[in-house]
Amino acid sequence: MSSPRTTWPHVLVAVRALLVMTVLCGIAYPLLVTGLARAMPARADGSLVTDADGAVVGSSLLGQSFTDADGAALPQYVQSRPSAAGDGYDAAASSGSNLGPENPDLVAAIEERRAAVADLEGVDPADVPVDALTASASGLDPHISPEYADLQVARVARERGLSAVEVRAVIADATTGPDLGVLGQESVNVLEVNVALDRLAG
Amino acid sequence: MAGWLAAAQVLAVLVVLAALHRPLGDWMAHVYTSATDLRVERGLYRLIGVDSRSEQTWRSYVRSLLAFSLVSVLLVYLLQRVQTWLPWDLGLPAVGQHLSFNTAVSFVTNTNWQSYSPDVTLGYTVQALGLAVQNVVSAAVGMAVAVALVRGFARRRTGTVGNFWVDLTRGVIRILLPLSVLAAVVLIAGGVIQNWAGSTDVTTLAGGTQSIPGGPVASQEAVKLLGTNGGGFFNANSAHPFENPSGWVSAFQVVLMLAIPVSLPRTFGRMVGSARQGYAILGAMAAIFLVSLTLLTVVEMRGAGTAPELAGGAMEGKEQRFGIAATTLFGSVSTLTSTGAVNGMHDSFTALGGLFPLLNMMFGEVAPGGVGSGLYGMLVLAVLAVFVGGLMVGRTPEYLGKKLGPREIKLASLYILVTPALVLVGTALSFAIPAVRADVEATSIWNPGVHGFTEVLYAFTSAANNNGSAFAGLTANTPWFNSALGVAMLLGRFVPIVLVLALAGSLAAQDKAPATAGTLPTHRPQFVGLLVGVTVVVTALTYFPVLALGPLAEGL
Repeated sequence: MSSPRTTWPHVLVAVRALLVMTVLCGIAYPLLVTGLARAMPARADGSLVTDADGAVVGSSLLGQSFTDADGAALPQYVQSRPSAAGDGYDAAASSGSNLGPENPDLVAAIEERRAAVADLEGVDPADVPVDALTASASGLDPHISPEYADLQVARVARERGLSAVEVRAVIADATTGPDLGVLGQESVNVLEVNVALDRLAG
Repeated sequence: MAGWLAAAQVLAVLVVLAALHRPLGDWMAHVYTSATDLRVERGLYRLIGVDSRSEQTWRSYVRSLLAFSLVSVLLVYLLQRVQTWLPWDLGLPAVGQHLSFNTAVSFVTNTNWQSYSPDVTLGYTVQALGLAVQNVVSAAVGMAVAVALVRGFARRRTGTVGNFWVDLTRGVIRILLPLSVLAAVVLIAGGVIQNWAGSTDVTTLAGGTQSIPGGPVASQEAVKLLGTNGGGFFNANSAHPFENPSGWVSAFQVVLMLAIPVSLPRTFGRMVGSARQGYAILGAMAAIFLVSLTLLTVVEMRGAGTAPELAGGAMEGKEQRFGIAATTLFGSVSTLTSTGAVNGMHDSFTALGGLFPLLNMMFGEVAPGGVGSGLYGMLVLAVLAVFVGGLMVGRTPEYLGKKLGPREIKLASLYILVTPALVLVGTALSFAIPAVRADVEATSIWNPGVHGFTEVLYAFTSAANNNGSAFAGLTANTPWFNSALGVAMLLGRFVPIVLVLALAGSLAAQDKAPATAGTLPTHRPQFVGLLVGVTVVVTALTYFPVLALGPLAEGL
C-alpha cells in the first residue's frame, strides 16, 4: 500500500490492524500477565485475610466497617475512617465523597464525626485526628493514622480485658510506612489489627 | 518536617527518571529510525497488508491515522452495546448509546474520561478487548504523531513523514507492550490484583458482608499509566487499594506516568542530531512541572477553607497510606501529563489546590504532557517562541534550520486555539442554553456555589485536553455531558493532530538553512525561559477570566 489518495483502502488496512492489535493487546497481553501473576497468587488474588478458623474475612488491602447492623461502632474493635463507598466500605462501589472544601454538608459531617468519636473514646473533641473526621478517596481505605489508633487503645483494651501495652503491640505489628522512609506516610492497617486482637482472645 | 519528606519523595522519583530517560529516549529514537523490522513485525505487516518500506506523505499519514481511530471508536462502541452477549460480562447490561459513544471516544482519544462507574458498568471482556487495547494503541498513535513531527524537523526536501502503520506497530511491539508487562509484574508484587475470578462475597469480622472484586487489573493499570491514559479499572481509580496498594507503588505509578514523556525530548534530540535541543525542551517542561507541583503541595498542606480548617487538614478525599504529599505529587503528574488518573479526589482539594490540576491541563499538557502529545505540544509552542523571538529582532524565524513562514505559524497558531475554544465554548453552552443549564444544575453539579461551576469547567478542560481526570462529584452520565464532552474529546485530539502532521509535512519539504549569526540559539537557558514565558502567557491570557469565576473566586 503506497499512499493511496482515497480513504477507503486506509479503512480496510485499519480494520485488519485493529483486529491484530485486539488479539495482541486485548487477549495475549492480559493473559501473559495473568500467567506471570500465578507466581504471586496471594497478591494477585487480592491479599485475602483469614481468621483463626481459616475463614476468609476480607482483604488486607480493603477497609471494612466495624459496626453493628445499625451502624453503631462495635467497641471491641479499632474503628476505620469514615467511608463514602456505598453505605460504607462497600467494595463493589468504591468512591470518595467528592464534597468540596466549602460544602456545608461536609462541614456538618465533620462536626458530627468529631462529636461521635470524642464521645466513643471519652476524649476532648479537639484531640480527634484528621483522618477520623474525613472520608478517604476510595471509601475503602484500609488504614488509619497512628494517632487515631492510639486514641482507640484505651477503649479496645477495656472492652477486651487486655492491657494497653498488649493492644499497642498489636497495633505496632500492623503499622507500616512511609516506604523507604519517604514514600507515602505511616499507617495502621485496621483489619490486620482487629484480626490479631480476635486471635489473642481466641 | 512534612515539607522535607515531600521534597525527598519528589527527589526519589526524579532520580529514577534521570537514570531512565537516556536509555529509554535513545531506545525510542532507535525504534523509530531503524531500517530493520523484527520477525514478529514482518508477520504483522503481512496480516495487516502494508509494505513497511513505503513512506507516506503527511496527508496519507493523516488518513491512515483517522481511519484507524474511526474503526477503533466503532469497535469500542459496539462492544459496549452488545455487552450482555459477551463472556465475563459479570451479569451487567448493555451500555446505553450516549455513554457508549462517550466512552469509546474517550479511550480512543487517550483521554479516558469516565462518565460511568466502572465497578458497576463494564465486564471484563469490554475492559480487555475494548479499553485495554485502546490504552495501548492510542498511546502508540500519540507517539507516532510526535515522531512524524520530529522527522519533519530532521528531514530535508522530502515529501514524506514516515509510515503510520510501522510507527504504530513498533510503538506497541517494541516500547509499550514490553514495558507494560514489566510494570504489571512489579504492580502485582506490590499487591495489585490480576485474576478473572469475579467478585468473592465474604463475611466480615463485624458480621457484615463485603463483596471483594476481582479482575485483570494489573495489566490494565500498567498501560493506563505508561500510556498516560488514566482510565481506572475501579471507580476510585488509583486511590483504590487494588489499583494502588501502598506508598511505594504510588511513587512507582508516578514514574510510569512520566517515563515516556520525559524520555521523548531525548528521542527528539537524538533524531535531530543535537541532544542539547532535546534538553532545552525538557528544561522548559521541568521548570513548569516543579513550580506547579511545589505550589499545589504547599497549598494543600496549608489546608485553607472551612472544612479542611475544621477537620485540621485537607484529608477529605485522600488516603491515609499516601497522605497529602504523595497525593499532590500524583495529582500534579497526572494532570501535567495527559493521564488523568487520581489517587485522591480533586473535587475535595482545597479551593486553590483545585486550581492547579486545572491550570496544568490548561497549559495544554506540555510539562511533560502525554505520550507523544506532550512533545508535539511543546514543539508547537517552541515554534511560537522562536517566532516571538524573531519578531523582537526583526528576522525571519528559524527553528532547527527550518524557516518558519506564514504557513507554519498559521498551523501553530490554530493549534493553540483549538482546545481553549472547546473548553470555553463547552462551559459557556452548559450554562447558556436554558434547558441544558437546568439539567446541569439539577442533575450534574454536586457541590453548591462556585465550586459547582468549577466542576463543569474542569470537565471541559479535561475532555478538550484529553486528560480524563475530573472533579468527580459531577454527574457526567447525562445526554448533554456524554455528547458535548465526547465532541470536545474528538476535536481536542484530532484537530491538533491534523495540524501537527500538516506542520510536519511542510517542514519536511524544506531544505535546512545553515545557522547564521542572526539565528536564535534554541539550546540555551535563554530560549528555555522564552519557551516557558510563551507557554504561561498564552495560557494565562486565555483562561484568567474563567479561572476568576471558579477556583479563584472560591479560594481568595
